[in-house]
Parts: sequence; C-alpha cells; structure tokens
Amino acid sequence: MSSPLLGEFLRSRGVTRRGFLQFCTATASLMGVSSALVPRIAAALEQARRPSVIWLPFQECTGCTESITRAHGSTIESLIFQAISLDYQHTLQAAAGDAAERARESAMKENWGRYLLIVDGSIPTGNPGFSTVAGRDNLSLLQEAARGAAAIIALGSCAAFGGIPGASPNPTGAVAVSDIVKDKPIIKVSGCPPIPVVITGVLTQYLTFGKLPELDALGRPRSFYGQTIHDRCYRRPFYERGQFADSFDDEGARQGWCLYKLGCKGPTTHNACATVKWNAGTSFPIEAGHGCIGCSEPGFWDKGGFYEPLSTGNWGTARTVGTAIGVGAALGVASAALARKRQKDAEGA
Amino acid sequence: MSLLDFARGPALQWSIVIFLIGVLWRLLGVLLLRTRKDLSEPRNAAAWKGLRLIALRSWPRKEFLGGTAFGEVMGYTFHLGFLLALFFFVPHVLFFADIFRGLLGTDLRSLVGFGWPALPNSIVTLLSAISIAALVAVLIHRLVSPVKRLISNFDDYFSWFVTMAPLATGMAAFAHLGGWPYERLLAVHILSAELLLVWFPFGKLMHAFTIFAARGSTGMIFERKGASL
Repeated sequence: MSSPLLGEFLRSRGVTRRGFLQFCTATASLMGVSSALVPRIAAALEQARRPSVIWLPFQECTGCTESITRAHGSTIESLIFQAISLDYQHTLQAAAGDAAERARESAMKENWGRYLLIVDGSIPTGNPGFSTVAGRDNLSLLQEAARGAAAIIALGSCAAFGGIPGASPNPTGAVAVSDIVKDKPIIKVSGCPPIPVVITGVLTQYLTFGKLPELDALGRPRSFYGQTIHDRCYRRPFYERGQFADSFDDEGARQGWCLYKLGCKGPTTHNACATVKWNAGTSFPIEAGHGCIGCSEPGFWDKGGFYEPLSTGNWGTARTVGTAIGVGAALGVASAALARKRQKDAEGA
Repeated sequence: MSLLDFARGPALQWSIVIFLIGVLWRLLGVLLLRTRKDLSEPRNAAAWKGLRLIALRSWPRKEFLGGTAFGEVMGYTFHLGFLLALFFFVPHVLFFADIFRGLLGTDLRSLVGFGWPALPNSIVTLLSAISIAALVAVLIHRLVSPVKRLISNFDDYFSWFVTMAPLATGMAAFAHLGGWPYERLLAVHILSAELLLVWFPFGKLMHAFTIFAARGSTGMIFERKGASL
C-alpha cells in the first residue's frame, strides 16, 4: 500500500501532538480501555496505514452520511475518518457513473481480503429493482463486496437491523446485512443515525489494535452500547425520586424531570448518547427536552408509540377483552347448568 | 421478537384473556349453583344481617388472638403492600391508565374529573420490601408449623411463589439489580405478573373474588340459625 502513515497525514492537516494525544485519551476512555494503553494507541495510530474502505449505501436516507459529514468538521475524529482511504461512496465521491463503479471494482481488486466494507441502508429482498446502483441490485452488490472484505460495518439501524425500510409491513422485504452475510465479522453501529464519534471510535479501534472491538449480543461494540441511555442519563435521579414530567410544557418539564411518562425509551435503549452527546458534545435528545425513541434498538419503529410509556403494553383491544369476558361467562353458565343438573339428579335419586 | 416484546405483546394479551375467562368461568360456576332449600324454621328472619360477618371476619377475635395474631398481621401487611404497589406505583398507574383509555376511549381524568394518583417511588419501594419480608415470614411459619405444613399442598406454595415473584422482580427491575440489562429485568417482571394472572383463577388466589361472597353467605346462614357471629 502506498498510502501515507496516519501520523504523517494528521500532521499534514495541522493536528498538534497535544491534540492528537487528547484524542487518543478520549478514544481510550470511550472504548473502555485502560489509560495505560494511551501511548500504545498513539503509537499504533501514528504507524497505521490508511485502510481501504468501500462504503455501499442501499435503502437509506443519507442520514448516516450526514451524521458523519455534518458532525464537527474540524475535529480529529473527522480527520481520522478522512484518514481512511474511502475508495467508494457514491454520495460523497466526485466520480459518477461508470467511472465511479470502476473505482469501486479497482479498489476491491487491489485490496481484496483487506478492505473494510461499510454498509448503510437495508437490503431489499423482494423485487431486485426496488433499489439499484448503476443498474445492479443491492443484494448482488453486497454479496460481491462482502466476499473480499476483511470485516463489515453495518452503519445505522437500517443496515444493522432493517430499520425503517424493514418496519411493518416491510413492502420491499428489507433485511439487515447480517441476514445476508454469514461468513464475515460484522460490527453493527446502530442508531438513526449513529453517533459520529462511535463510528470513528470503531474505526480507531480497528486501526489501533488491528482487530474488531468486543461486541454485545446484538453485534454492537460493547464499549459504546454496553449501557443504556437511562443508566447514564442526567435525569435519572428524577426517575429514582418519582419526579416525572406529565407533558412537554408543564412545570415538571421546565424543571428537567424524567420523561418516562412521556414515552422515553432510555431504559431499554443501548447507546452512548447520554455520555458522548451530539453536535460536538452539545446535548442529546433528552437534554433537548424530548424522550429517547430507542433508535439504536432492533425494530424500534414497530415497538409501539414513541409517546407511550414503557410500562404500557400491547394488552389487546376492547374487542379481545369483550370476547374473553363473553367466553368466560358462557363457560361459567354452562358449567353451572351442568352442576345444577347433577344436583337435581342427586336430589331426585 | 425480544423477550421484552414478547412479554409486552402476546404474553400480556394471552394472560389477560386466560385471566378473564378463568375468573368468570369459576365465579359464575359457583354463584349460579342451586342453593338447597332450608325447610327449618328460621330463628332470625332477617338473615341479611349476617352480612356483617364480612367485616367481623376481617378482624381477629379476641379469644383467638394469641394463635392468629401473627398470621393476621403478616397477612394484612403483604396484602396491603402488594395492592398499594400494584395500583399506586407510577409505571403501574400508566399501565392501567392505558387500558382504561383503550376500553373507554377517553382517559380517567376527563371521565371522572380526577386522575389516578400515584405514591412516591420511595414509599412504594419500602412497601414492596416490607411485603417481601412478610411473605418470607408467612412461608417460614407455614414450613415450621407442623399443622400448617400438613394441610399445605402445591397450590399453597405455587400461589405464594407467583405472589412473591412480581414483587421481587419488580424491586430488581426498579433498582437494576442482578447485573442484568434493564430490559431483561423488566421483561422478567412483566412475565412474572403474567404468570400470576394465568394462575390466578385456577388456584387459591381466586379467594380475592370469592372471599367476601363466601363470608356473606356463611354469615346469612349463621344469622338464620340464630348463631352468634
């Protein structure tokens, strides 16, 4: 590979040694590794070569790309992201048409077995024509690219779990990357969209240690998805004390009380929003006054209303309840009638 | 489908359906039985006055206080604690309010002019802890008392278990105990409550619906016979 070392690249972009070490320390903290490993992270990053990355967007809204590119542009996180050799991303690249496709094929050929494959968007399995790139359907593109990948990052909830395209009634038969590819390591960086720092954190971990991070049961990096929003929420003390906002404009909301009653899904949502936050660490949805909608969890779109409290359930309908009452009453009357007949027979005997 | 989705969806629906069918089946099956005609001369024609036995039997009699005080105190403790935690813990209030809204098409406040109040979390936590302690105490009492042990069967122990389980899992979910993720604790808590609902009509828990009718009818029979209540 002729690409420059990452350290050289960052210095060429004006990143100071102090800033670089600050980034390494923050990354170590985010990844949940010991601060003693910071020098190792720094050394490994400086010596790392830019890995080839093929990014395939399928059934997506470009929100994941927006999350990265509209993040905090001048930070080292974004430079790390720029430091990868992004050889194909049809939203961002200048090339178009055949030239773009040739670039992808060429990068894949040169780095066969070594490149990272990033996928955002779900894959339609219904009609191949539901989503195509340069006349090719998403499924065959994914299968081809996955064969030569060292690992796959399923970016965003659509690629990780099917997301909104996969929501009921799922008209395109949308599935997640892991439903198609079974023989490659897949890291799910879920979220709608995912937090930019989480994406760069995963890339940094890969560059630093040369291996994929430890994953949770759903295939997400444990260092970022190991705790729930609720676990780290600054409004948690209000939950413990039973102080809840009843509406978005009542006194409780103004006092910053817990949003559980307003449907916050923080207790069942694993993500780093409450610690890493968004927009250069400015805030996150709960801090802005809205409950978490659970966007980094599988099937979040079909888990009931965003404003229904977690303790409510899909208990059925008035019709179901009415039918159960009718059946119970009929059974009761029938069994009583049977018993009365037996009583009468016994008295007559 | 995750465990929580299962607990909040199909399991919840089926447990409610089984509970309603079972309760109505057993209740109507008993209430509609023939009552044998009593041909004897009543000593007291106003048999309805015997209904006061419902209240009288809810309080220990002085004569037996020594033998029954423990059971009465512990019984009242876990019954009250359980009911208060069930009906006045904020997440439970939200659950019941949602069902009311679904059945009535409007929320309780707009219907009756006031909402469903809730107790502070700290009070509910304390009540739940006291209820658990009382339930453990009555189980130990049942196990060490030769007579109680002799007359206890599977129904007694399983009914104890399904009563204890929602309290214990609810406390664990609230406090995030056990090192499990919250959604699993919540799912287990909901499933334990559903187990209670499913078992309810078919075991001794059914006494919740029959106890007052049974006391009332016994009281009326006693009153008619002129027995001292």
